[in-house]
Amino acid sequence: MEEKQSLISPPVPLAQLGEDQNLKPRMETRGLSVYYGKKMGVGSVTMPIYTNQVTALIGPSGCGKTTFLRALNRMHDLTPIARVEGEAILDGQNIYTPGVDPVEIRRKIGMVFQKPNPFPTLSIYDNVVAGLKLLGVGKKSVLDEAAERSLRQSALWDEVKDRLRAPGMSLSGGQQQRLCIARALAVQPEVLLMDEPTSALDPISTQAIEDLMTTLKKHVTIVIVTHNMQQAARVSDFTGYFLTGELVEFGPTNTLFTAPKDPRTEAYITGRFG
Amino acid sequence: MATVRTQSRPSTSPLYRAFGDRLFAGLVLLLCLLIIGIVLLIGWQLGWNGARAFEVFGIVGFLSSTAWNPVTDVYGAWPFILGTLITSLLALALAFFPALAVAIFATEYAPRWLGNVLSYALELLASLPSVIYGLWGLSVLVPALRGVQQSLFLWASDHAQWLLPVLGNPIGIGLSAAVMVLAVMVIPYTASLAKDSIALVPAVQREAAYGLGATKWEVIRMAVVPYARGGILAGVILGLTRALGETMAVVLVIGNNKNLPFTLFGPATTIPSAIVNEFGEAQGLQLSSLLALGFILFLISGVLNLLAAWIVKRMSVDGRL
Amino acid sequence: MTQISGNLRRRQLWDKVMLGLLVLGSLVVVAPLVLVLSKVFLTGFSALNLAFFTQDFQPVEAGGGGLRHAIVGTILMNLLALLIGGTLGLAGGILLSEYPDHPVNPTLRVISDLLNGLPALLKGLVIYTLVVIPTGSFSGYAGALALGLVMVPIVLRATEGVLKLVPWNVREAGLGLGLPRWRVILSLVLPAASSGVITGLMLGFARAAGEAAPLYFTAGGSQYLNFNLSQQTESLALTIYKYANEPSPLRVEQAWAAALVLTLLVLIASLLARWVARVRP
Ligand SMILES: Nc1ncnc2c1ncn2[C@@H]1O[C@H](COP(=O)(O)OP(=O)(O)O)[C@@H](O)[C@H]1O
Ligand SMILES: [Mg+2]
Repeated sequence: MEEKQSLISPPVPLAQLGEDQNLKPRMETRGLSVYYGKKMGVGSVTMPIYTNQVTALIGPSGCGKTTFLRALNRMHDLTPIARVEGEAILDGQNIYTPGVDPVEIRRKIGMVFQKPNPFPTLSIYDNVVAGLKLLGVGKKSVLDEAAERSLRQSALWDEVKDRLRAPGMSLSGGQQQRLCIARALAVQPEVLLMDEPTSALDPISTQAIEDLMTTLKKHVTIVIVTHNMQQAARVSDFTGYFLTGELVEFGPTNTLFTAPKDPRTEAYITGRFG
Repeated sequence: MATVRTQSRPSTSPLYRAFGDRLFAGLVLLLCLLIIGIVLLIGWQLGWNGARAFEVFGIVGFLSSTAWNPVTDVYGAWPFILGTLITSLLALALAFFPALAVAIFATEYAPRWLGNVLSYALELLASLPSVIYGLWGLSVLVPALRGVQQSLFLWASDHAQWLLPVLGNPIGIGLSAAVMVLAVMVIPYTASLAKDSIALVPAVQREAAYGLGATKWEVIRMAVVPYARGGILAGVILGLTRALGETMAVVLVIGNNKNLPFTLFGPATTIPSAIVNEFGEAQGLQLSSLLALGFILFLISGVLNLLAAWIVKRMSVDGRL
Repeated sequence: MTQISGNLRRRQLWDKVMLGLLVLGSLVVVAPLVLVLSKVFLTGFSALNLAFFTQDFQPVEAGGGGLRHAIVGTILMNLLALLIGGTLGLAGGILLSEYPDHPVNPTLRVISDLLNGLPALLKGLVIYTLVVIPTGSFSGYAGALALGLVMVPIVLRATEGVLKLVPWNVREAGLGLGLPRWRVILSLVLPAASSGVITGLMLGFARAAGEAAPLYFTAGGSQYLNFNLSQQTESLALTIYKYANEPSPLRVEQAWAAALVLTLLVLIASLLARWVARVRP
């Protein structure tokens, strides 16, 4: 905790960030580029993602935040025209090495989407344990325990514990999004990717999700895309600023917001464009 | 001047305009009311003309009796109803998995060109005249089936005597031939509705499953098929209505036997094939009984059709049921 | 962690097995189409000859003749049916698409669904009670009526579908010019959708041409060439049904030739439908 406090003050060169602060990167990208056909989505991004920290990706719409995020768990495999170059390293291994199974990668690197997308035919409970069932977990006690743990972590337990058998779609939008977070957490991912998870939600639900992120990061490394700079400032420890497919600046959130090194970052955070 | 102008540009005359619009709308409406009237008339005609059979034998009596004897003038609908239900349901059971498989394969796996080829194949399957399926069934399928049936029959008579009464006469023509022809005819209906509803499954549903670390098949099983289940169900119901009302293809291969019990291989009958076969000599109470059979078919297919249409409409709103 | 993902290999195997099953299922669906079509084309082509088109019914001993009488009957009855079914179907499509708020529309839609799913056999049976019994004889007119009923829902759906694709500003432009609504519909909207409407008519025609069951109770069939629809009339589909069961191989061959002609009709109609759908912007 103290280390984290201190890291916020003076700007530190990117390469030394982790070592100086005793932070280990859980993931790291090296020269990661994504192309849609001939068009470049993001170009040559090198960036660490520190363990048990919240990393925010900000930038104007269309700058490649989603594209970058989806490259971190091989979601682009599903888009026929998308092509990824460079490396994304998880626990020392490039997830794009031939032979690495994207199914396994996505189990380790969970994802929460812009719009809540619970499985409409499943109950709250079954939504949460869906991933575990895939993994072959069949024992009811294990599933029950995992469901409760994930729902507590996503701050939904108290609201739904009496109606776990109700359809997932019967929840409000904000609750549905927390259900999706619980669903992702149930398989105990190492990293959780969130793509503008609150953009479709009302302020109160947004607040609830922002609150749970601070406790969640004790268990899981979080990367969150947000178009909302205040949100990035509130919830994140590190921030990367993207512009037209390029990572312009990366650093501790406080540094980036108070003393940006790049004039383009400064222009963005002072609200001159974007 | 004014008269000249209205003559040269008649469309500006308010009279012409209002009159033309009224006339046109009235005509269109009249024709539409005619369509509605005709359909109601169909139900009425079948019901009214079939009513005598219900009167004479009683509704339950007619539905449950197995007698059909023009000599004694006694008629019952049960063998035909039973035959219709058995052939249709078996055909549907046979058709369901291949239909679902082609729907899934065409939307989830096949490259675009192959998906188009499969769609076109389904369209053709649906639009070939049923009498051609009957002809094919009779001259290609039945002989082939006869060989298979005979070897099964021989095997059963050596190893499983108890099976023989279930199997029945291995002559090719009969229930199993009708079921197979019907299955082929049902598949395109079930498959194309399933395909359409699978195509409507939002990408975020698939991604939700992929994001949990699901394999492609697991994505289909947990996200795609459940989401599309309304359309799949509608396709099944529509397939059922087609099977229930199918006439010529069935008449040609089913063997037209109204004596219970039906066997798997042996000849059987359905409502449509009874109507076609008995119709020639039918008069009086016999004709009325045939029309009553038609009325039963009308009711069943009407209800199922409306059900399928309702499901499809619900489905197109939000994909859920 | 490793132990809960230990089943991955099995799941990936299962993934492959299921793909195999899906391919197999798809083959099971396509196989009958290939079998039926190849049989129709091979047997049908070798059975087609000039006599098929130029001669009428003859006893087998006299060479069997041809199916000119059935071709003529099919064309005549279907043209009349097209007039009946086309008019009704077009009117239905116009009401649903051009008068979207009309109070009759919900009923019409339900009725059209009903009619579409109603077994063609019943359409024939009802025409039998309504026309054949009162007039005392089978006739081409009765047959055309039954086939018209077969066409109505097909034409109606196709018309509604293509008319709805015509952008609203076409109608607004016409009304803005001071044209009355009926002129807008007839001279602007329908022409803009004409290829689609024509396809709908063709699909209806092809479907009705393949129907044998309704004609069995209405047209009654005939062995003679006649151009007078008040007489009993033959059709190709009806011939197939009758000849399929004949002991003479010659008759069965003629049935296959007739099947080929009907199949070609269906193929052309559906290819045209595809083509029109592609050409439309
Ligand atoms: N599936 C796709 N096909 C083609 N181009 C895409 C696709 N997805 C995103 N893009 C393009 O990539 C760029 C980055 O998009 P995205 O990552 O969605 O931006 P952001 O999330 O920052 O708003 C945009 O120019 C967008 O148009
Ligand atoms: Mg985005």
